[in-house]
Amino acid sequence: MPDRAAPVLDVKGLKTVFRTRGGEIHAVNDVSFHLERGELLGVVGESGSGKSVTMMSLIGLLPSPPAEIRSGSVMLGDLDLLKITPEQLRNVRGDKVGFIFQDPMTSLNPVFNIGFQIAEPLRRHMGMNKAQAKARAVELLELVGIPDAAKRLGDYPHQFSGGMRQRVMIAIALACDPDVLIADEPTTALDVTIQAQILELVKELRVKLGMAIIWITHDLGVIAAIADRVMVMYGGQIVEQAPVKDLFANPQHPYTRALLKTIPSLTGVREKRLQVIEGQPPIMTTAPSACAFRARCTHAFDRCEVENPKRHGIDRLPLGQGHDVACHWVAAPVSAETAHV
Amino acid sequence: MFDAATAPLVQVDGLKMYFPIYSGILRRHTGNVKAVDGVSFDIQAGETLGLVGESGCGKSTVGRALLRLYEPTAGAVVIEGEDIAKLTPEALRRKRPTMQMVFQDPQASLNPRMTLADIISEPLIEHTNWNADRRLERVYELMDAVGLNRRFANRFPHEFSGGQRQRIGIARALALNPKFIVCDEPIAALDVSIQAQVVNLLEDLQEKLGLTYLFISHDLSMVRHIADRVAVMYLGRIAELSPRDALFAKPLHPYAEALLSAVNEPDPSLARRPRIILKGDVPSPARPPKGCNFSTRCPKAFARCHEEKPELQEVEPGRHVACFLYASQTGSTGTLEAKEHIQQGEYK
Ligand SMILES: Nc1ncnc2c1ncn2[C@@H]1O[C@H](COP(=O)(O)OP(=O)(O)OP(=O)(O)O)[C@@H](O)[C@H]1O
Ligand SMILES: Nc1ncnc2c1ncn2[C@@H]1O[C@H](COP(=O)(O)OP(=O)(O)OP(=O)(O)O)[C@@H](O)[C@H]1O
Ligand code: SF4
Ligand SMILES: [Mg+2]
Ligand SMILES: [Mg+2]
Repeated sequence: MPDRAAPVLDVKGLKTVFRTRGGEIHAVNDVSFHLERGELLGVVGESGSGKSVTMMSLIGLLPSPPAEIRSGSVMLGDLDLLKITPEQLRNVRGDKVGFIFQDPMTSLNPVFNIGFQIAEPLRRHMGMNKAQAKARAVELLELVGIPDAAKRLGDYPHQFSGGMRQRVMIAIALACDPDVLIADEPTTALDVTIQAQILELVKELRVKLGMAIIWITHDLGVIAAIADRVMVMYGGQIVEQAPVKDLFANPQHPYTRALLKTIPSLTGVREKRLQVIEGQPPIMTTAPSACAFRARCTHAFDRCEVENPKRHGIDRLPLGQGHDVACHWVAAPVSAETAHV
Repeated sequence: MFDAATAPLVQVDGLKMYFPIYSGILRRHTGNVKAVDGVSFDIQAGETLGLVGESGCGKSTVGRALLRLYEPTAGAVVIEGEDIAKLTPEALRRKRPTMQMVFQDPQASLNPRMTLADIISEPLIEHTNWNADRRLERVYELMDAVGLNRRFANRFPHEFSGGQRQRIGIARALALNPKFIVCDEPIAALDVSIQAQVVNLLEDLQEKLGLTYLFISHDLSMVRHIADRVAVMYLGRIAELSPRDALFAKPLHPYAEALLSAVNEPDPSLARRPRIILKGDVPSPARPPKGCNFSTRCPKAFARCHEEKPELQEVEPGRHVACFLYASQTGSTGTLEAKEHIQQGEYK
């Protein structure tokens, strides 16, 4: 269970900008969050809201140029990942932080067999010899449910199905027992029955290995199924953050509220017409000076045009510990119980 | 919503679509991908039939074969009384306007060098002898119908968002007043916040124009919202075909049951219920199992399932299931015959 005392990962004031020929794109705007030991943090948000760029900024995976991290700190224990050398960062990535990318086919190397791709980080980071690494690779493949694991070490990525490739990716990410696993849309390309297999596996691994996990997805159903806590991103910012039950039971930000209403339910009353969020997501060409959601927000008022709302708690708990939201329309704690039902 | 007494608008009977596999240096024909392997269903005029199933199970291939974008290997596709599979090229050309397709990826299906007006009027040029003014008039009409601002007529596809591009695709599909539209994953490429816009639009148009849809999707909650009946496909065959409410209340086929149980509801208390976790991967359609196509993953499979393929049968009024668990309910003869088959098989 999450341990309040010592976050494994603590991100503060992260800002990432892309310098493109068409001008700047402010992809991540002052993002702060932490991750507790053994916790599963879900990250949701519209396409382009900055989920992937945020996580890639943390572990130095963005090409620079065009990406530029303007400010912030990313503490992994007492190491600031934004300050360490590229060599140190590479070690952190293999050893302390595992990463599963959005598309398994582009992140597995097609010219090396699976056995090599799993064993390589083991030999490099854990100092295992060939035989040890091989034995561990088999163990990992079995852990993620690849049948006949020992026989499949010599197979290449194209010889696996999509779901199996995804599981191989997970095996690689788990190879060095990372403290933190970052999974970016790891099940989006999968069928629901295969997805269910993987989610079950992740829940199991979390209990077995005590890993902290960041899980990015646009599928609120997946979040509902596995997350402890949820961060909602919009326009490169965290617009709402809450324990999973509170977020679904008591969404605050107009974007979160609208998003939850656009999804038809599988079991509830069948709605005659779906709710929609009119308009388009913003293109962040400058740092925000107004609410990024204002053009699509049904509650926007004059203040939203001139001031970017800060995150504020709605339950008197410190930011990040309870339920917080960045919206002028959502009142501060005093009247939270009576406001906007 | 639709009148069940009249003849169905679309009747599909025993549709097969095999893709040949060639291998070796001599490129010999060594096998077939049985993408669609004996599929039958009807769609009533004004109805929406949902088609769901895992990736690669043959949904798109059914949609394409229905419109004869593929030459089916076997079977009949009767649309408004005419067997599409047997039409001459000229007769097919004349039939085309009545049946259209909306594709999954609005980006890839729109020519990037054509303006929106050109794209929408392309079918008008091919199938009518209207002059430019009349065509532009129709283009504006269609843009109004799908909620695109007329001022956008001379813009190019890349200047639009995903949801807007999908509207362009829908406008083009509507240009010739079709009766039947195959919507192949029309919302899969769109952001969640935009999906509802497109689904509402499809429903409005159906109501206004009396359209009939085959709605292909892997999003079960969206299918529950839009479809009247739902066909669940698995590895080239229909596992279950049932009215929407009946299916979602109580799926009969073990695969349909697993599929529905695997969906995560956006609600933590519902999403954390126990679910059916299938073991193993989907077999390749080039080498389907000997018995029931689902037998390799089915938690309820028994001996017979590994020997024979179950046919789609009506097991309750309006509900069709291809599963031996329901064989006894179809009357004693069916079961007896099946038994004889097994015995003959054993003696061979
Ligand atoms: N290499 C790049 N150059 C310029 N802009 C970029 C680059 N990569 C990302 N962006 C921009 O940064 C913003 C955030 O992108 P990001 O990939 O983080 O979105 P996301 O939330 O992960 O979306 P999705 O759900 O589609 O994966 C977007 O506006 C995107 O266009
Ligand atoms: N032109 C083709 N040549 C050879 N095989 C094909 C062809 N088109 C489809 N297939 C195969 O037929 C099977 C069914 O494919 P189809 O595209 O119909 O699946 P689908 O159900 O639409 O999947 P998805 O949900 O991923 O779109 C797959 O195994 C696919 O690889
Ligand atoms: S026929 Fe048998 S194997 Fe196929 S779904 Fe039914 S019970 Fe399972
Ligand atoms: Mg992303
Ligand atoms: Mg398809």
